[in-house]
Amino acid sequence: MSNIESHTIAYVRGTMIPEQDPPITETGAIKWLRENLFSGWFNTLLTILSLLIIWWSVAAIGPWLWNMVWNAGSLRECREILAGAEGACFAVINDRWHQLLFGFYPPALYWRPVLALILLFVALAPVLFPDLPRKLLWFSAVYPFVAYHLLWGGSVWLPIVALLGFVAGYVAWRLIHRMSPLASVFAAVIVPVLWWVILAAPLNSFLYSGLPWGLDFVRSDRFGGFLISLVIGITGISISLPLGILLALGRQSDMVFVKSVCVVFIEFIRGVPLITLLFTASLLLNYFLPPGTSFDLILRVIIMVTLFAAAYMAEVIRGGLAALPRGQYEAADALGLDYWKAQRLIIMPQALKISIPGIVNTFIGLFKDTTLVVFIGLLDPIGLSNAIRASTDWQGVYWELFIFIGLLFFVFCFGISRYSMYLERRLKTDHK
Amino acid sequence: MSTSSDPRTKPAPPKRSFELSMLLYDQRYRSITIQVFFLFLLMLFAAWLVDNTVNNLRALGRDFSFAFLNAPAGYDISQRPIEYNSQMTHGRAALVGLLNTLILAVMACVLATVLGVIAGVLRLSNNWIVGRLMTVYVEVFRNIPTLLWILIFGAIMTEAMPAPSAFRGDTPAASMLFNDSIAITNRGVYVPSILFERDLGSFQLGPVAPSISWVLVILIVAASIWANKKIIDHATRVQNATGIRPKTWWKSILVLLGPLALYFIALGAHLEYPELRGFNFAGGTHLRNSLIAMWLGLGIYTGAFVAENVRSGILAISRGQTEAAFALGLQPGKTMRLVVLPQALRVIIPPLISQYLNITKNTSLGLAVGYMDLRSTLGGITINQTGRELEGMLLMMLIYLAISLIISGAMNVYNSRVTLKER
Repeated sequence: MSNIESHTIAYVRGTMIPEQDPPITETGAIKWLRENLFSGWFNTLLTILSLLIIWWSVAAIGPWLWNMVWNAGSLRECREILAGAEGACFAVINDRWHQLLFGFYPPALYWRPVLALILLFVALAPVLFPDLPRKLLWFSAVYPFVAYHLLWGGSVWLPIVALLGFVAGYVAWRLIHRMSPLASVFAAVIVPVLWWVILAAPLNSFLYSGLPWGLDFVRSDRFGGFLISLVIGITGISISLPLGILLALGRQSDMVFVKSVCVVFIEFIRGVPLITLLFTASLLLNYFLPPGTSFDLILRVIIMVTLFAAAYMAEVIRGGLAALPRGQYEAADALGLDYWKAQRLIIMPQALKISIPGIVNTFIGLFKDTTLVVFIGLLDPIGLSNAIRASTDWQGVYWELFIFIGLLFFVFCFGISRYSMYLERRLKTDHK
Repeated sequence: MSTSSDPRTKPAPPKRSFELSMLLYDQRYRSITIQVFFLFLLMLFAAWLVDNTVNNLRALGRDFSFAFLNAPAGYDISQRPIEYNSQMTHGRAALVGLLNTLILAVMACVLATVLGVIAGVLRLSNNWIVGRLMTVYVEVFRNIPTLLWILIFGAIMTEAMPAPSAFRGDTPAASMLFNDSIAITNRGVYVPSILFERDLGSFQLGPVAPSISWVLVILIVAASIWANKKIIDHATRVQNATGIRPKTWWKSILVLLGPLALYFIALGAHLEYPELRGFNFAGGTHLRNSLIAMWLGLGIYTGAFVAENVRSGILAISRGQTEAAFALGLQPGKTMRLVVLPQALRVIIPPLISQYLNITKNTSLGLAVGYMDLRSTLGGITINQTGRELEGMLLMMLIYLAISLIISGAMNVYNSRVTLKER
């Protein structure tokens, strides 16, 4: 049959046409260019504009970066090496990087902050990556005390005695919990406070006089540079999260008084700039405390920054709590869980998961806000960049310092935000 | 027996006389116990603080009074939106600072919104290179502190811009932009200003003296916008009744621009251009470096955050909405304007307003580049000169708090108006 047709109907092909390549405009780079860069007049315009912007920035910064000088003792030497050409003088970083990173921390003791930072990653690892053995969490719990001793030094007994305060609280809670759960909670709060206020200082000096162990003491005013940003930022981050959770729960509470205190606190802190709180810490705290007390400026700043971040954190977590369906609360009630168990096992894991992006943004914001301490005289990287510029060698160096400081912050903040994306992906349980 | 068998009535709680232990173990009273305990602790703490403060003040021989606000300030402020000189009071200086804060905040909010909307929309564009460029902008600005950006822009203005002397001579090293109207120098930016030949003078309104001519401009613009809204409403009514929408664009242009143009002609408005006289520019409006640095620093930095809000707002609208609009036969432009944007705005506006709040609070960084805002006048020089830290900081915090509460109050009103009414 087909034979007959192929003889009678002239326009039926007997053979397949060999497959041809697609048109040149529909393949490879050209297709990609057409689709992604030149798909219409408006897109073409945007592409050209972007290329112009890129070209303009490269032309402005490129030669300057290309001619960079890393080895010189002062800006004058730099200019002599460049001999009139435009060029970046990164020699200032080479000369002063240790100041920008550590401030006036004694150079012989640089290993201590570095070790503290390395141990920080060890302590963070089990918190951040749940595949690691859970035993490591014990190290995370002890880490703050280890880090304190590494950074400040002094009596080794001080952090140990402080740690014992928590142990005392736990023991009190265990002992009283059988008799009265509510009283045990009060005891768990009051016993450590009493321990720290009354017992800690004499015990520390007694032990230190007997066994004077410990690293060399480094005064707070020697701290500076990126070290101070990290100390304030990381302490603030780790304390503001639990504090924020408590504030958010307080704001949602049925107890009118607790609720109104939390609302007033959160709204006040969120309503004023951080810088006014820092000035309060540096100028006004002397008015509010008993005459003659003075305590460390860094500690005051940490407290203020933590309170500030906690108020923002509370609002973020409140958003997460509000986004939870009512049924989750009701289900927890139906299972007969009490308030704290319901929060710990059902509400918080979900609410925190929803609020991860907001929490991380607050962290990043807090870390960036540590630069404001320059206004109350602490030497953070920005404060040190002013100090370096005030020296005769490096008068007039702006961009190199700004680029270095900016890069330090960028690496940290960008790293945190990438981690939060990883976390969001890992915790995602819905089927999208 | 009869009560428990009937499921509709609850069994009455067992009657027990009140016992002291119920304060701890009965859920009904426990919360009261906790609150009383909490209240007690808090009042103890507050009393301790107040007692300390009173003792400290007495030890220093100080009282608590705001009388210093009426004392002469004795310092100059470079940027003066209202009349001010160093003989005037600290209160007046604080007012100038507050106005500077508000001017900067409004300028930075506008810049951040414009940049943020452009960057947020372009980041979603199909154009590969534009998308990448906007991602770079957002990530670079978001991850580096504002303070550093302000300092960078400050340094750009003072270090990288030509001195006024570079504009002099037959072949000057620098030239003014836009047909000799804008001069960017290392002493600030000079732009043309609008002057009225037949100025209407000014009137006294409390501590400030606004110009009548400019107040009228604002009133005319407001009236024009209101009239334009009426025209559009009328067109919508006609369209609803007849199905045909009358052409309104020429009426809108006439109503929006006509009255203002007539007013300007009547008052003889003209531009005054900055000119190089002696060592500096004169005439026009002088925008100081501190203002420019703060404006660019805050505006571009916050713009990156606004861009993220805009992007997430647009992404939050499900694709089904766009597809439904296409199925109805709406064109892409109308789909965006009538379907996507109204819904996206509901998601975008609340975080946008909290960004405005952030800008307002971040204006307090003005100290870094010497911008004389509220924090630099009342919270800076005034406190240093009078030694009234407690009163000054308290007043300053209250003012910032009031601004913040007003902005967030506006946000709450908006939110309650646009919330989805679910039934």
